[in-house]
Amino acid sequence: MFRYTKATAVREVIVWIITLAMLLPFYILIVTSLKSDEETLTTSAVAPPSSLDFSAFVEVLTTTGRNSIPMSILNSVIITAGSIFGLVLLGSVAAYVIARRTRRWTTITFYLVLIAIILPAQLGTVPLYIGARSVGLTGNAIGMILLWIGILLPLSVFLYASFFRGLSTEYEEAAVIDGATPTQAFFRVVLPLMAPATGTVAILAGLIVWNDFFNSLIFLGGSTTQTLPVAMYTYVGGLVSAWNKIFAVVIISMIPILAFYMFAQKRFIQGFAGGLKG
Amino acid sequence: MTVTIDENSTRTLTVPPRARRTPPARDRRKPLITYGHWWWALPAIVLVIGVHYVATLTGGFFAFTNWTGLGDWEFIGLDNFVRIFNDPQLLGAVWNTLFLAFGSVILTNIFGLLFALAINRMLKTRYILRTLIFMPVVLSPLAVAYVWKFIFQFNGPLNGFLGLLGLEDLQKVWLADPTWSIWAILITVVWQQTGFVMVIYLAGLASVPVEVEEAAALDGAGIWGRFWNVTVPAIRPSIAIATTLGIIQGLRIFDQILALTGGGPAGATETLATEVYKQAFSLGQFGFGSALALVLTIIILAFAILQHYVTRDRDAAGRA
Repeated sequence: MFRYTKATAVREVIVWIITLAMLLPFYILIVTSLKSDEETLTTSAVAPPSSLDFSAFVEVLTTTGRNSIPMSILNSVIITAGSIFGLVLLGSVAAYVIARRTRRWTTITFYLVLIAIILPAQLGTVPLYIGARSVGLTGNAIGMILLWIGILLPLSVFLYASFFRGLSTEYEEAAVIDGATPTQAFFRVVLPLMAPATGTVAILAGLIVWNDFFNSLIFLGGSTTQTLPVAMYTYVGGLVSAWNKIFAVVIISMIPILAFYMFAQKRFIQGFAGGLKG
Repeated sequence: MTVTIDENSTRTLTVPPRARRTPPARDRRKPLITYGHWWWALPAIVLVIGVHYVATLTGGFFAFTNWTGLGDWEFIGLDNFVRIFNDPQLLGAVWNTLFLAFGSVILTNIFGLLFALAINRMLKTRYILRTLIFMPVVLSPLAVAYVWKFIFQFNGPLNGFLGLLGLEDLQKVWLADPTWSIWAILITVVWQQTGFVMVIYLAGLASVPVEVEEAAALDGAGIWGRFWNVTVPAIRPSIAIATTLGIIQGLRIFDQILALTGGGPAGATETLATEVYKQAFSLGQFGFGSALALVLTIIILAFAILQHYVTRDRDAAGRA
């Protein structure tokens, strides 16, 4: 009885109008970034640029010095990739042992991980900063990667453990009977079967690390190693009303995430909703 | 016909247990093969204990000291907390934290549910709409905040729009207005998070069987009756998840405030998260900053435990 009627068509049109109105900030963002300095100040925010002017992007991408945007992009890529790699490697092997072995210590470890997910991170920030500073892990990418692995490991272990529990043990038993060592059985047989879990961990961790501002601000503060959000914050702080340049940085920071999102939006939406529910 | 019975054939033969060659029954707990090596869990255990447990407990201890990061410190009991609850500025920060958390939860849930209901059934383009409405969720809150900072500028699009409607009286310096700046932050957060809530509700609505809705409609239930008596009971678990998760996220809002107002004007938009940052890392008051963090942690933990219970009830209900 629920059929596509005229009323449904009207509803569809109304939803589209509301959605487009909601996405208006993206339109303003794009047109403003393509305006010249003068046009940014003189024309209306919703007016398209009279001619496409990429000078704001050129200027942003040629910044140099401590808060150079290209360097900060490189730092963000290194830190994000390193964190994802560490979280997949350490998280998957730990979750495998915890999920497959039924000893008392694995159960205790699993609860330790679960409670760590609930535990808010705020209170630990000051001691972590002091600890990292005293061993020289602030202001560099290695310290930042270690910090992220520590912060997000509970999430990674939890996600992998729930996937492992849903996987029959027959795969690795067959591999071991065929002569594989436990290490080979895991890395050649089990981990490749875990591609959906790895994808979810990589998407969630990648988004959190790439978009993070707070932790980078504290743990990389004042150093020459800056991530893109912190460099953006410093760069924007030095500009007054140069909105075409500000928006050029903003767009550059959004492009990698949006590219991945368009490519795998279903996985993003499911991973986000499912992962954060844990 | 003679039947000869070999007496040996009926003799029972009992092998004494000690002489048995068959392997003993396998210990049930011991699996056929070993799964990985036990030490594979070691790096994770060390990192989780260090980064989550040791750091949090140490932070909780700092909260009762006057440490400044350098040199001596003293154990000062509850002095930090007495100071927090006697400082109108910090009490304002507690109030702002709760305002942003509850305000964002209420608004994102209303808009998210409306979007979910609107695109759930029948729409031909519902997947495109879902992708577009969810898009802001994946972006950096800082980047999103800059876009809205431009919109809230005095000569920005919002005031321009109000002028177009002839509502010049309503034009304001939104981000420098003591009353309205917190609303500007709230709008920015709601705009970014609505898609997330919508996705949670879409997952919940997918579990409502279309037959039940049709049956209710045939029995004469109007749209309103169907919503309250069919849809709401079915999506109750989604409501629990969306509200508790939203509150936990809302309590830690930080990036948007730093980008939009920096806590100003005159501290009107400070929250516990921004005060922790300022006291601990700008002013070097590690002890006092930790005390603020402890207050924030206790509030978050209370809602996190609440969430744990409501989602656990959901699992129990799902199994029944």
